This record gives sequence, structure tokens and C-alpha cells, in this order.
Amino acid sequence: MADQIPVLIILAPLFGGILVLLLGLRYRSVCFPIAVASLGVSLFSALHTFRTVLLEGPQRYFLSGWERGGGFAVGIEYRIDQINGLVLIMIAFVALLSVIHSRSRVSVETPAKVPQVYILSLLLVSGLLGMTITNDAFNLYVLLEISSLSSYALIAIGSRRSALSAFNYVIMGTIGASFLLLGVGYLFIQTGTLNMQDIHGALMAEGLINAPSIKVALMLILIGLWIKMGLFPLHGWLPNAYSYAPSATGTLMGPLVTKVMIYIMIRMMVSVFGIDFLYEQLAWTKPVSLLASIAIIGGSFLAVSQTDLRKMLCYLIVAEVGYMVGGAWVGNLNGMTGAIYHILGDALMTLCLFFVVGIVVAKTGEHRLSAFKGLFKSMPLTMVCFVVVALAMIGLPPTCGFFSKWYLVRGGLEAGQYPFVIALLISSLVNAVIFFRLIEFAYFQSPDSDTAEAHGAHGESGAHGDEGEHSATAHAHTPVPMKVYRVDPDLDADSIITEVPWGMKAPLLIVAACLLLLGIFNSTVTAWIADGLKGVGF
Amino acid sequence: MDAFLENFNYIVYVVLMMIGLYAMISKNNLIKKLVGMTIFQSAIILFYVSIGAKEGAAIPILDHHQMHVAAAHDDHADTHKDKADTHEGEHADTKIHKADKHAAGAHSNHTSAEHASTHTDKLEAPHAGEHGDHDGHHGSSEINPAKFSNPIPHVLMLTAIVVGVSTLGVALSIVQRVHQGYGSIEEDDILNQIGPNTDG
Amino acid sequence: MRVKPIKVFALLAVICVGSLLLSAMGDFPAFGDPNSPANAGQLATHYITQVRVETKVPNIVTAVLADYRGFDTMFETVVILVAGLAILAILRRPACESSRRFAEIAAMKSHVDLIQVTTCRLLIPVIQLFALYVIAHGHHSPGGGFQGGVILGASFILMALVNGLRATLLRFSEKKALFLSAVGVIIFAGTGLICMLLGGNFLDYEVLHQILPYTDPVMARSHAMLIVEIGVAFTVMSIMFLIYAVLSSGGEMEGGL
Repeated sequence: MADQIPVLIILAPLFGGILVLLLGLRYRSVCFPIAVASLGVSLFSALHTFRTVLLEGPQRYFLSGWERGGGFAVGIEYRIDQINGLVLIMIAFVALLSVIHSRSRVSVETPAKVPQVYILSLLLVSGLLGMTITNDAFNLYVLLEISSLSSYALIAIGSRRSALSAFNYVIMGTIGASFLLLGVGYLFIQTGTLNMQDIHGALMAEGLINAPSIKVALMLILIGLWIKMGLFPLHGWLPNAYSYAPSATGTLMGPLVTKVMIYIMIRMMVSVFGIDFLYEQLAWTKPVSLLASIAIIGGSFLAVSQTDLRKMLCYLIVAEVGYMVGGAWVGNLNGMTGAIYHILGDALMTLCLFFVVGIVVAKTGEHRLSAFKGLFKSMPLTMVCFVVVALAMIGLPPTCGFFSKWYLVRGGLEAGQYPFVIALLISSLVNAVIFFRLIEFAYFQSPDSDTAEAHGAHGESGAHGDEGEHSATAHAHTPVPMKVYRVDPDLDADSIITEVPWGMKAPLLIVAACLLLLGIFNSTVTAWIADGLKGVGF
Repeated sequence: MDAFLENFNYIVYVVLMMIGLYAMISKNNLIKKLVGMTIFQSAIILFYVSIGAKEGAAIPILDHHQMHVAAAHDDHADTHKDKADTHEGEHADTKIHKADKHAAGAHSNHTSAEHASTHTDKLEAPHAGEHGDHDGHHGSSEINPAKFSNPIPHVLMLTAIVVGVSTLGVALSIVQRVHQGYGSIEEDDILNQIGPNTDG
Repeated sequence: MRVKPIKVFALLAVICVGSLLLSAMGDFPAFGDPNSPANAGQLATHYITQVRVETKVPNIVTAVLADYRGFDTMFETVVILVAGLAILAILRRPACESSRRFAEIAAMKSHVDLIQVTTCRLLIPVIQLFALYVIAHGHHSPGGGFQGGVILGASFILMALVNGLRATLLRFSEKKALFLSAVGVIIFAGTGLICMLLGGNFLDYEVLHQILPYTDPVMARSHAMLIVEIGVAFTVMSIMFLIYAVLSSGGEMEGGL
């Protein structure tokens, strides 16, 4: 039975979703426990599988029992090695913490649709996990579509503005997924198989790798994935989709979806096309690194110009995508290691940022940058975690952000991709500007007296749903004072804004601690990543 | 010209796909964008199905006669797969059904297959019972892979069609929601309502 | 007439992508070539030649769909389920005052036409029987769970078009539809789970010969394929009807077309 554990990683959220469908529509209160339990089982299975990989090497799992007969894959197989083992753990971990943190937000922002949100979230996570673990190119597409459909719906559930952003996401997401499908089709025409390893074998064996159709296939797959991950300038759907979505959705999707797409790109590059072909023969490393540098600079400058907290976060995500794409394409082991390590670190950083911003917006009702004013006095623990993630985003030791930048810069210098290195440094500076500005608001300024008028203006526009302010206070089932009504500017902020309950705080603290842990143990993690890369022929 | 005729299925699918892509990007009406999306996805399905077509091949369903065979015959069948060529394809089955009920545009497949069958109907009688003859009533029960369309693209496209329909359904419901919220499904109208920078 | 910039951009994008796609054309095998790498490849040949030995199912497409690539099919079923749930989640709302008033007015006029009702009363059972035939004969002729499920769903949509959405919802309510769709996925995934409990991998149908009477491992595959196709049909049928009901009534499930 123990060798069945890899498939439990994907099955647990799937069955959890079906259970919530059967029971949760009638008994609301079972949704959350089922979701947490299934994600917990998934996380445990991912950890166990990773341990097996460390002990015994890359694992394979043959679905429907069809082993490789005659040297080629007949059915669908799973392949877990060090790298996607780590990514699987990351996805399950981030999803679990996000669900725990957003429990109250779900019932506040979308009170009529609580079970649906949980079902769709569980199926989204199941799709993301399946994408990471599969070794079959078409299975990848099917799971991509599962996660895409759930994300379209999760975003559209909010206000009418979020429905419009979801529509744009549908259009661009379909173009991206269809390009991926087309690229897989081109590979299928030329190789006759869908298993990633067999495709690679066929490309190498018959010298097909130099055919123009394979180059076009690579370009189609890359463009499709770049659209789905939000690489500048194909990122048009991302800021609106994630900022107008309900905050529970944004917290779940923001850290996960783009990072998984980046992992898929790396997987396609390494397992299907092969690193030699990409780096040596194609000589695409320079143009793509340049593109990544433009993405980093574009994202950073767009982020610094935002006044809305969540839009700023989205542009930071866009910039971080540039880091990882650039790292994967600089052309050497250090860069690729840095990119994969950054996938893990950035998921945690983005999660932490979404947690903090979510808490701030929920407590103060404001979503401009000035919401941070004076928060250190009223929410000290949250602000400490914010400082940790700010250090990570800027890239200071001992957080993981420093080490990923270290590998990326080293990789860039070794490969001679100077625009990429310069972009990384500029981005660190810009991040420093953004985050020190917010830290200054939090620590050295007191809350505005015009916060109350801003509430009125923002309440009607309903950033978090059409329900408006009244339902927000009426339906919150945790004792969280939702809005701050400042009648007297001399009133101390302490007495009105208090710290959030432990259900929202504990995940935040855990993530902040993980940022530090990931940084402290960076050499262990990068050794695992390097092993995994060598195992696929790096 | 020859290359054009040989590969015209690719040209057709590219043209269709570009029509769909143009509509998705440039149209103002949200429903028209979705129509473009459907055309776009249909073109990809057409492409995949056209990959699996084989000259003179029938649908990938085994005959009753071919199902009941001893395992020893399978070795024969294996050696056949290397010899599959268009010459064998001309001894095609007389009963050629609609090759693929899922494909939107497999008409060209039918006509070429039927061409081969009407050609070979006259040649069929003297060659009956020849090795590799795919005739259910008499003859051997060997399986010649060249006589069957490739089943893999059909399977993949079953999935892709389902995914396309699901995406269309979700997109339509989003459009209805937008209409309920803004009262219009013209994009410029909605953007005017939203205004420059508010959260509308 | 001013040309909008978005149309110029779209045209440029289309030309770029189109020429990129056409540039690879010279490399591709000719249309209908039985010796192309995809057609004469190991995988396709294995499926065509070995399916009768390994699964005893004549329809190669069904065998590949439900057995060799059964995992994909399970997730395809989940895709349909997600689509139905998504549409429900986005649009479903309790009927508001204005639409109830409309429903009363609409009910005063008779929307039910005698010819249509009588014809459908005769046709719908036949359609549903045919759908069950398509599901059951998926092994031997073109057909299977998806196709049969869509025909079943279409029969309910026909009933809703002719008799009114409310009348159909009385027979096939939203709760029933959601329950059946979940049951469909449970049948599929549950079969896989049972295989796991009996010692095989997920969806490894061969081990089911231990609990299915009078079967050997190969026939167990054939039978299990039928079981999962039935599961797929349940889900597809319910979700097709649910999508129609929600979309045609704007989420209120009261009026309808």
C-alpha cells in the first residue's frame, strides 16, 4: 500500500472536493474541516514521497497499471524526482495555510457561495498538484484546464468588476492553453508519443531536434506557458484578475498558479527538449534573458507606481516571474538552480505578502498604501512578519530571497548575461523603495484622520464584493472589528484596530518562519535541486 | 503546388485558427470574442484529427472476426506494421463508415478514403483473401495497422472537445454575470462605465 | 473611417502567429500518410494490434480512452463537473422580485404547444433508450459514456424547451443533478480506489477480477471500462442539463426559455 502514496497526493484534494460537494451544500460547517483534512493528507503524502525520493532516487508510478512495455510508455505515468517533490510539498503547504488563513474571509466576502469556493479551491489545488507530478504531455493539458476553469470561476464569483477581469482571463488563458496543446500536437506528429521521456528519446534518436517544426513546437509551448504565467508583456490579465478577486481566492492563487507554470516550463525545457539543445544549439539564451530583464524592470516600475496595495502585489508577482524565467534561461546550472529555489521561496514570499495585505485591508478597510500607517502599534506581530518578507523581497540575508538572488546573479555573471544581472539589482533597489516606504508608514507614522472618509468612498465601490459594508459587519463570524470609524482624530489607534485572531495569525507566522528556515538551509535545498537536475541530464 | 495539396489540411487549420484568434483579440462584443474562441479551439481539434488520417484506412474499431484470434497470429501482425504502405492501403475495406463522428472537418478524409474504396472495389474480387486483407466476411484475421486510423488523436480530441465545451460554458456564464452587472456586453461600453481608475 | 488600434494590433499578431505556424509546414508528413511518425509509431501500433489481447474491447478508441488513458478520462469528467459547479457558483442566485413578476405574467400565456408536447412525449423515451444503447455499445461501435451522456442531457433539454423549465425541474431538480454528477465521478474514482485497495495501482482494472464474478483479468478490464463509462454518462448528463438550466434562466431557475 505504501507505493500508492504518490497518487494520494492528487487524489486527496479531489475526493475532498467531491465530499464537500455531497455534504457541504447542506451542512456548511463541514466544508472547512474536509478541506483542511484533504490538504493535510496531500501534504503528508508529498512529504513521504519526497523522503522516498531522497532515499531511493526518482520514483515512477504507473496509472492504470500499464508499465513501460517494450521500452516505451503505454499508459500515463507519474515521475517524482527531487525537484518536483519539493514543488509538490510547496503547493500542498501553501494551499493548506491559505485555506486556514482565509476561513473567515470566505464567509465574509462570498457568504452565499461558501461550499462552492471550497470545492473549486480543492479542485484547483488538485489540478496544480497533478500538473507538477505528471510525465505525460496531454495529461498536463487536461490538468491545466481543470485548474484554469476553477480559477476562472473563483475569480468571477466576486463583484461585477471581478467578473469582467475573469472574462479577460478566460480569453488570454484559453489562448495560452491552446498554444500549449498545439505545441504538444506538433511534438506528437513528429514523435508519435505523448510521454515526456519518450518524446525526448525520439527527438534525440532521430536527429529530429533540428527540424523546424520542433523549433516551432518549442516556441508555441513557451508562448503558451508565458501567457499563463504572466510574463511581461503577456501579463495583461494578471493584475486585474488577482486584485479584484475575492481575497481568499487571491491568497490561494497568487502564490501558486504562476509558480507552477514556471515549473512546467522548466520541466518541458529539461525533460522534453533537453538542455543541450536549448542552450547550445538554439542560442536563445540571450534573447530570452533580455526579455526576462525587461519583464523584471517593467514589473518593478509598474509596482512602484501603484497606490493600491493589491495591484502593487500583482506587479511584484510579474517582476518575480521575470526573475525565474531569466534564471532558467541564463544557460547554466547556477541559474537554473536559482530559478527553482526561487520558485519555492517566491511562493512563500508571495503568500506572506498576500496574508499581510489581506489582514491590513480587512482590519483597516483601506486598500491604499496609506493603510499601513501606524500599524506597528496596533498589529505588532503582523508588522514583524511584514518586515521579514520585506527583507526577503529586497534580498537580504538570512532570508531565502538573498540566496535565490545570489544564485541568479552568479548564474547571470557566469553566463555573461549582464542585462539580467543589472535588472536583478535594479529590482532589488526598487523593492527596497517600495517596502521601506511601507515600513516607514507602519512604524513612524500614525493613522490618517481622513481614513473615515476613505471608508465611505471605498465601501460603495465594493472592492471585495457587492455585499458592501453592512453585510461585512453582519456576517463576520469571528469577532474581528471590520471597519474603523474614526470620529475623533486624537483617539489612540490601539483601542480600535486590534490584532487579528490566531486563525489568521498562525499561518502568517509559520510562513515568515519558513522564509527564514529556507534561507538558513539553502545549501541543503540547493543540493537537492542540483541532484534532481543532474538526474535529468543537466 | 504539390506541397500545397499534400499539406492543405495544415493550411486550412492555420487559416481557421487565425480567424478565431483575430476575433478573440479585436472584437468589441464579448459574445463575438467567445465565438472566436470556439473557432480557435475547433481549428486545433481539426488539426489533431487530420494527423490521424491514413489513406484508405477505416475507423479504429476491430471487426468481430478479428477479435477472436489466437495469440500466435499477433506475431504476424507485428511484422506487418513495418510493411504498411499506400499500396496495401488500396485494398481497402468495402464497408467504410463515417470515419470519425467526432471530427468537425474530416470530410477530406472521407472523400480520399472513399476514392480509394471505389477504386479498389473493382480490384477487390481477384485479390480477395490476400495476406493483410481487411475483409470481415472471409480472409484472414490479421490486423494491419495501416487499415485503421490512428486512434490516439481521436482519444485526445474527445478530451479537448469536452474541455472546449466546458470553457465555453463557463465563459458564457461570466458574460451573463457581466451583463447583469453592467447592463451591456460591449467592451467599450463597459469600460466607459468603469471610468479611468475607480474600482467600479 | 478610423481604424481602431486594437484591430491593427490583432492583425499584426495574427500575421506573425500564422506565419510562424505555416513555416513549420514543410516538415510535416503529407496528409493521410500511413507511415508518418505518429501513425506508424510504436504507441499507435501497439494500441491497434494489442488491444484485443490486452483488453478484449473491439473499439480501440474506447479502450485507449477508458483503460490505457483512463486517468485522463477521469480528469475530463472532473472538468465537466468543475464547469457545472463553476456556472452554478457564478450565476446562481435566488429569484428576485422582478423576475417572479415576469414569471407570473408569462405563465398566464400558454407556452405549451400541443403538437410539440405530444411529439416529444413520443420521442423522448426513444431518445433516452438510444442514449443508453450508445453508452452500452461503446465497446463495439462508436459511442461511450460522453456521447451517451450528452444525448441523455439533450433529451432533458428538449423536455425543458417544450414543457417549460419549471416542469422539467420538478422531475430533475438541481439537487438531484448535482448529486448524480457527484455520483458519476465517485463511480469512476471509486473504481480506481477499489483497484488500489485490492492491490493494484490506481485504475488498474485487472485486479478487479477478484471481486467481479466469472471474469479473468482481461475481461475484468472490459467490464470495468463499462462501469466507468456509466459513471461518466451520469456526470455528463446531469451537468449538461444543469448548464442549460442555469444559463437559460439567468441563474434563477424559475423562468427559462
